[in-house]
Amino acid sequence: MKYLFLIGRNLLRRKTRTTLTFLSIVVTFLLFGVLMMLRVAFSGGVDMAGADRLMMTNKVSLIQPLLLSYYERINATPGVDYSTYSSWFGGIYQDPKNGVFEFAVEPETYLRMYPEFKLPPEQLKAWLADKQGVIVGEDLAKKFNWKIGDTIPIQGTFNRPRGGDGTTWQFKLSGIYTGDQKTDKTQFLLRHDYLTESRRGSNGEGLTGWYLIKVKDPAQSVAISHALDKQFENSEYETKTATEAAVAQGFANQVGNIGAIVTRIAAVVLFIILLIAASQMSLAVRERTNEIGAMKAIGYTDGHIMTLILAESVTLSALAGFMGLGLAWVFGKFFAPSGGFLPVFYFAPRDIALGAGLAIALGLIAGAMPASAAMRLKITDALRKV
Amino acid sequence: MRSIKQAITVTLVSLYTIPQRLSSAVVAVIGIMGVVVVFVAVLSIGEGFKKAMTNAGKTDRAIVMRSGADSEMSSGLSGDAVDIIKQMPGVKHDGVVPVGSGEMFVVLDINRRSSHTVSNVPLRGVDATALAVRYDAKIAQGRMFTYGTNEVVVGRAANGQFEGINVGDTLKTGTKEWKVVGMFDTGGTVAETEMWCDVRVLQGVYQRGNSYQSVLVRLESPSSFDTFKDKLGSDPRVDVQIKRESDYYAEQSTGLTSLIEGVGYAIALLMGIGAVFGAWLTMYSAVVSRTREIATLRALGFGSGPVLISVMGESVFLALIGGAIGATLAYVGFNGYQASTMNWQTFSQVAFGFAVTPELLTRGLIYAVLMGLVGGIFPAVRAARLPISKALREL
Repeated sequence: MKYLFLIGRNLLRRKTRTTLTFLSIVVTFLLFGVLMMLRVAFSGGVDMAGADRLMMTNKVSLIQPLLLSYYERINATPGVDYSTYSSWFGGIYQDPKNGVFEFAVEPETYLRMYPEFKLPPEQLKAWLADKQGVIVGEDLAKKFNWKIGDTIPIQGTFNRPRGGDGTTWQFKLSGIYTGDQKTDKTQFLLRHDYLTESRRGSNGEGLTGWYLIKVKDPAQSVAISHALDKQFENSEYETKTATEAAVAQGFANQVGNIGAIVTRIAAVVLFIILLIAASQMSLAVRERTNEIGAMKAIGYTDGHIMTLILAESVTLSALAGFMGLGLAWVFGKFFAPSGGFLPVFYFAPRDIALGAGLAIALGLIAGAMPASAAMRLKITDALRKV
Repeated sequence: MRSIKQAITVTLVSLYTIPQRLSSAVVAVIGIMGVVVVFVAVLSIGEGFKKAMTNAGKTDRAIVMRSGADSEMSSGLSGDAVDIIKQMPGVKHDGVVPVGSGEMFVVLDINRRSSHTVSNVPLRGVDATALAVRYDAKIAQGRMFTYGTNEVVVGRAANGQFEGINVGDTLKTGTKEWKVVGMFDTGGTVAETEMWCDVRVLQGVYQRGNSYQSVLVRLESPSSFDTFKDKLGSDPRVDVQIKRESDYYAEQSTGLTSLIEGVGYAIALLMGIGAVFGAWLTMYSAVVSRTREIATLRALGFGSGPVLISVMGESVFLALIGGAIGATLAYVGFNGYQASTMNWQTFSQVAFGFAVTPELLTRGLIYAVLMGLVGGIFPAVRAARLPISKALREL
């Protein structure tokens, strides 16, 4: 404790240098935080996929449909708890760039499949009572300032309504779901039965985009997937079933290396900046060689000297690092650019912990070299130096 | 005049003495180099993507889709509509045959070479006039597919990114088989990520009857677009939207390009702040270590202006070195680097090469100079304001 004063005085000796080193570490860790959030965002919610959920798509590609009549057969397959189906609606809200992605779902089973989507019971009741109703995530509702009861016009592309002007669908907002930070709160969910009844033409009749299947025992996922695909082999609509996590990972791979490249390049540079900060901190100690000699001469032990120097550099880098991480957290919380492209954007606790560890490690590494040099320093040499 | 001479002399002195402060100078150089590498590399992703998309669009071609569709993926046209579209005025003719191709656009699951994971690779069904419409496409290896068969040709970029589609390979999707008989080249545009086959065969495979998704027509000249659009747009038999192909691809590229540019600028800005502190520190220690030297110069009659300029000059000089090394590294490391990503509008893959353009390099250097200026300003002011008597006394 009694050394705290000494550490503080040493840090404040050259205020400009300490401030600059401090600020550059703050910025580095802010950048670290932003990059980690970007990485999570680019991975497209792989983390939020449940291991006990399977996704069944057409074997040729996700854009090819499956028969709705598979529903009963899937549910009857041993090991399957329940299932639900969903289709890509492909509508546009005002401008394609708005990135509003609509899915047609079967309300009750879909919400049972995704318990992380929290919808107040009275809003669920309203949705079940109104075929024209839709629910949206709170992030999306906030973005366009939608209120419950609003009519939302969506321009159809390949799905076009029978009535009205023949291109624009009118949906009523029945509810707004919420969820924790890992949950994609940008979805726009309409009712599959409404789509089937109100769609013009016979395109897509008796078909659905894909199935989501809940298994009783996640350990059996692979076996159940095989059994399901086997059932529909050699039909016109062959299937491919995989865990939702695998599908999400596949998607992330498709968006591809871009996210990975961006983060990798920046990680290298982050490392460089850290080296620079470390070298600045070392410099600060080297300047004090004769002073350290004097301290040794009046009885400070080698251990004291080393502890003092390490404590100084760890204090500086930890304070600055935590501040940078804090700023990043604030950024993720309040200024997240979540939109169509990056639905989830948050600072994962795991990454915060990693950052905190890095900040302390930086201090130790930066302090280690000058500390060991100071420890080995002979009093006579140190005092001779000007 | 005298102060200019002084400024040059003092700046030269600071530059000559850099080797004495090498380690601290290297710190500033490396910091700025890192920022420039990232800045240029990230922006080159956006630039490359934009290039692949916009070079694909020609001004003398028009794409026709159902009204309301935002891409070929969500469009649909009947066989009758396709015939009507091809007969419109403004369409180029080859003899009596209109140069227009009714097309279908689907995606297949094919593994990526690098990760062996599934990707959405576009398969386009095209008409017999396809190569006349897409005059920029050349068969680079093998031959064009034979109409009426299950043969396909693959784009060069698709071949580079995805597995099992070399010339001679047989591609199995679901219960269907496709034979790869050739590879085409369009000069690195988005079309090169596609595979092409006979649209009528594809209609059969996907049970689409006589329906298409889009029509691509070659216009008599870029200026015949308006005639074509007016006539077709006012034809009551069809309900379509008409776009110049160049506009169509430009629109599709904006989403991803602006996302990448946003990310690129944000990262570069943050890192730039870090690098400015680095340069600041370097110049600050330079000024501190040269305190007596600067004071001596001042005592000899050198003005404070030249001293200020010399510190700024040194800072900018170091920044330029860092910027130049960074720009070179970015160019060597990333120019032409092949990657692919998802085009969300068509839900399919686009392969492209990173493009480090001279313009990006210039932007990187300008950014480096800016960082040097900002990093040097405070130490420079400090040096200029140094009280001579006190500084001379200092160790």
